Amino acid sequence: MSRLSRRRRRLPEAWRRPLAVVGGVIALTWLIVAVAAPLLAPYDPLAQELPRLAPPGPDHWFGTDQLGRDIFSRVLYGARVSIPLTLLLVVLSVLIGGLLGACAGYFGRWVDETVMRFADLVFAFPTVILAMVVAAALGASLTNAVLAVLVVAWPSYARVTRGLVMGMREREFVLSGRLLGFSAWRSLRLDVLPNVTGPILVLATLDIGTALLLLSGLSFLGLGAKPPSPEWGAMVSSGVEVFDSWWVATFPGLAILTVVLAFNFLGDTLRDALDPRTARAIKVRAL
Amino acid sequence: MSPTSAPGKAPAGGTAGRRAARPGVHRHPLTRFLVRRVATALLLAVGITLVTFVLTNLVPGDPATANLGQRALGDPALVAQWRAEHGLDEPLPKQYLLHLSGVLQGDLGTSQQSHRPVAEDLAEFVPATIELAGAAIVVSLILGVAFGVIAALRRDRLADQVLRVTSLIGISVPTFWLALVAFYIFFFRLQIAPGSGRLDPGMTPPPKVTGLHTVDAVLAGQWDVFASAAGHLALPALVLALYTIGLLTRFTRSAVLEVLGQDYVRAARAKGLPGRTILFRYVLRSALVPIITVAGLAFGSLLSGTVLVEAIFAWPGIGQYAYKSATALDLPAVMGVGLVVGAVYLVINLIVDVLYGVIDPRVRLS
Repeated sequence: MSRLSRRRRRLPEAWRRPLAVVGGVIALTWLIVAVAAPLLAPYDPLAQELPRLAPPGPDHWFGTDQLGRDIFSRVLYGARVSIPLTLLLVVLSVLIGGLLGACAGYFGRWVDETVMRFADLVFAFPTVILAMVVAAALGASLTNAVLAVLVVAWPSYARVTRGLVMGMREREFVLSGRLLGFSAWRSLRLDVLPNVTGPILVLATLDIGTALLLLSGLSFLGLGAKPPSPEWGAMVSSGVEVFDSWWVATFPGLAILTVVLAFNFLGDTLRDALDPRTARAIKVRAL
Repeated sequence: MSPTSAPGKAPAGGTAGRRAARPGVHRHPLTRFLVRRVATALLLAVGITLVTFVLTNLVPGDPATANLGQRALGDPALVAQWRAEHGLDEPLPKQYLLHLSGVLQGDLGTSQQSHRPVAEDLAEFVPATIELAGAAIVVSLILGVAFGVIAALRRDRLADQVLRVTSLIGISVPTFWLALVAFYIFFFRLQIAPGSGRLDPGMTPPPKVTGLHTVDAVLAGQWDVFASAAGHLALPALVLALYTIGLLTRFTRSAVLEVLGQDYVRAARAKGLPGRTILFRYVLRSALVPIITVAGLAFGSLLSGTVLVEAIFAWPGIGQYAYKSATALDLPAVMGVGLVVGAVYLVINLIVDVLYGVIDPRVRLS
């Protein structure tokens, strides 16, 4: 009880910090843009009917690309591609990694060994290299890029959840639950999981940024979204060809940067607010 | 034993390895720790070969289609011959065993793109990447640790706030975009940075000793070549380092803060030791231990970053090679890159682990 009330007292204070406010406002703005892109965009993001490579001006705030498309409209529509996919990715990673990690930590023995050895295998590769190999193996498409990021993203949740659950397993209130006759599943669900969600939430918030960077990176490499999709990474990639028209690559890149930054600001605040002790575990895995 | 069961047993082998180490209670704990770490690393190495192999065999497209011309594809005999040449007509488990025994002999197969042995291709491209990633990790360690210490010592003051936001920006910038923007600004607009590649056009690389142009130029005493190589290296290395600088700043800050709160630091302060002595003798010494681990992991993100940065700066390293091979579905080349990068990363983390165990007795005893 005391823990809960302490949290309630602490949260609002943390959220009033400038970092949290800025992060919250930017994230909210992007969410609104993602929902309302058709209402906000002045042009069709796919129509190739405008003057080519027009620099930013009153008619086209972000200029036009080499196919005569309005970049401002494409960046707005890009939010509908990248943001929902990134959120979905993180939710799936939390579910898969969290469940596997919880089982590994709670049951120990061979379950632990099997899950963690698979996680170790993923950790044995630098993320982009593995994601790139997976995406290339599955074939270049946005769905496969999401799958590839998922493959490299779940183990960090498994590792963190496992550690937290292992620490929690021996606590008196969990043991007393077991002595009262709770099944393993019930004990895990009612006693253990609610007490490990805080750190995992922090990890997930910080991971939204990492996931978006990875996903757009794959698209940049031509292994994700295909043209003409207004995906931000692919748009930056198309800007490489028309290098001297700086606006083609700059604005979609800024879109990625602001979204990632907003969620990192939020994640950082959330971590301070929820549990300063977990700071280290999370930073280690944020790689 | 069927060929498939051999790799399948790799994870279980990890347990066996650990159990085998346990009865040796008489051995020195450090020896036991080292044996266990090396055994784990070897199993992971086998795992890496399995992962790259399985993944590259998921390819839905036929590699023959990707690599043979239209006319050759029309001739079934030619296609069959090509597949036989590349061992693609064997059952998968056998292909894996062939691959594994080849790897052990240093044979990574032949690239279907360059028609050269993958090992040869990689040997040509690896030095460029080592030079780039090495320069970036040195810069990251120096700046990241320095910034982190400053932030911790100035906790909650202006310097800390500024560094907190900057380091967050550092880990939020898409590397590929930053590379492009930096190239545009410093090369195209300001014309401070030299163009892409490792040397100025027309310049002959220094005689090859290490493969790192900067080092080789110094060894040969060719200072103009060194200046050119260092100039070409600076911008991509800085771009690559930005992410790890942010990461190390954040980690160092929390590691130092944790040590600052320890009783022995308080005792040193109470004793009246000068601040500098406390910082270097007491705080940094123990804070650097966890930082070593993170630096090992940070090297992984640098290796990842090279794929994105090398493409922009036309840096002839394995990052660019990886990208070209993956898009062309060049199976042996993709496997080779995955293997080499995975192995390099594995060795670095093994060294880090061992260092950590040697320095901190708690780790090897756990």
